[in-house]
Amino acid sequence: MADYSASDLRKGLKIELDGVPFEITEFQFVKPGKGMAMYKCRIRNMITGGTQDRTFREVEKIGKPDIYSRELVYTYKSGDNYVFSDPDTYEEVEIAEDAIGDRKWFLIEEMHVNILFYNGKPIDFDLPVFIEKEIIETEPGFRGDTANNVTKPATLDNGYEIQVPIFINQGDIVRVDTRTGKYADRVSSAGRK
Amino acid sequence: MTPQIESLAGDSTRLAALRPALKMRSKALLGVRLFFQSRDFIEVETPTRLKFPALETHIDAEPSGEYYLRTSPELHMKRLLAAGYERIYQIGPCFRKGERGERHHPEYTMLEWYRIDSDYMDILKDTHGLVAELARRATGGTSRITIQGRNVDLAREWKVITVSEAFKTFAGWDPAENFDEDRFNRDLVEKVEPALPLHQPTILKDYPIEAGAFARSKPGAPHLAERWELYLGGLEIANAYSELIDPIEQESRFHKAAEARAVLGKPVYPIDAQFIECMKAGLPPCAGIALGLDRLLMVFAQAASLDEVMAFRE
Repeated sequence: MADYSASDLRKGLKIELDGVPFEITEFQFVKPGKGMAMYKCRIRNMITGGTQDRTFREVEKIGKPDIYSRELVYTYKSGDNYVFSDPDTYEEVEIAEDAIGDRKWFLIEEMHVNILFYNGKPIDFDLPVFIEKEIIETEPGFRGDTANNVTKPATLDNGYEIQVPIFINQGDIVRVDTRTGKYADRVSSAGRK
Repeated sequence: MTPQIESLAGDSTRLAALRPALKMRSKALLGVRLFFQSRDFIEVETPTRLKFPALETHIDAEPSGEYYLRTSPELHMKRLLAAGYERIYQIGPCFRKGERGERHHPEYTMLEWYRIDSDYMDILKDTHGLVAELARRATGGTSRITIQGRNVDLAREWKVITVSEAFKTFAGWDPAENFDEDRFNRDLVEKVEPALPLHQPTILKDYPIEAGAFARSKPGAPHLAERWELYLGGLEIANAYSELIDPIEQESRFHKAAEARAVLGKPVYPIDAQFIECMKAGLPPCAGIALGLDRLLMVFAQAASLDEVMAFRE
């Protein structure tokens, strides 16, 4: 695949360095008075998530990674792997539990996710920002206590532990922010679903 | 509303919000003219379309038909000096192909001035006086401006540090002793510029001769060029020289730049033979400077980007 020239670099571009895919998260064009153009970048390793700073000179060629994304549907868990499938072709893609990390708690069957492939292998996926889950266990709160700043532990239907406000009851449906893993708000109360 | 009209309305809102910055720009331009008028400088205008843009390794000219848009008015201004004009200045657009970023725009406003029988340190006195005066005129009556949350009086003493000192302190080597262009550029941007004082105007002076562009070598120190750069709030604002007046040395530097451009695969501009001829006929000892007015306004306006001080950006 053809390389990028340094002048192609911009925020959001995905590049390849020494066989590792990186995304440019910050970008600045710099050029000292009589000197050569340079491109100061902060880059994020798309496999490990680590960031580093890197300055490219105008004469440099930068690798273009073989990266694409596809929308697939999460279907089931098979051993240590999570299986996603293409709703049209039924083609299946497996991602190991290790690679998914804590986000496994927020995968719901039939959920559509965008999966990112590098050299044909899945390396990352985007969850919806919010998911709805049922609280299956929490201590009862005090009647009339609607304070938001006091929290108590609760358990979701998949076993995930989360801090929720005192007024949340067992059987309530809550919205969880998948970026932080934290409680966002209540969707419906138990009994009034 | 059609999308086109919506975007026009958006543009009007953006332009209306720029009023304080554009007023500041207008006051600064007037300030430049009053400053130089009172010092017996003549304002000149030189061509914007050139057949022979100044040949420099890393400065690319924008083609315009059979011409190029000027990257600097330098060569024509020196022809005026050679013809006997002692003190001249010019305010006008310059163009640099491919330079675009928060601190760069392919078209920008340059202020250049030249004086004969002077050197780069005389130009520093002009610059100090001018920058303090423009702050007074453009920002509300005093030479004090705010840089990154702190009050800085531009009329007070500026820090002057040599390139060798700066590199030895912040990058651990002396480019004047053993020049390595790649390393010089990279360390300048990554190590030296970020370490320069934010709250005191700073002059970086005496560049390695290889990075001297059109500056003459320092008497008694031929490995150094009499060149300085002004930094305000870490932003490079101006570049000054004791001008090179030796036509043989000038031609040799043009040839070196041409070779370097060819190696980089960049277009090689023809040498301006008329400029060389006028140097041979006699360019008096002189000094000059190019100052980026948009960047200076960025500092005055505490702007993070040129967007905040230019009405129209590509």
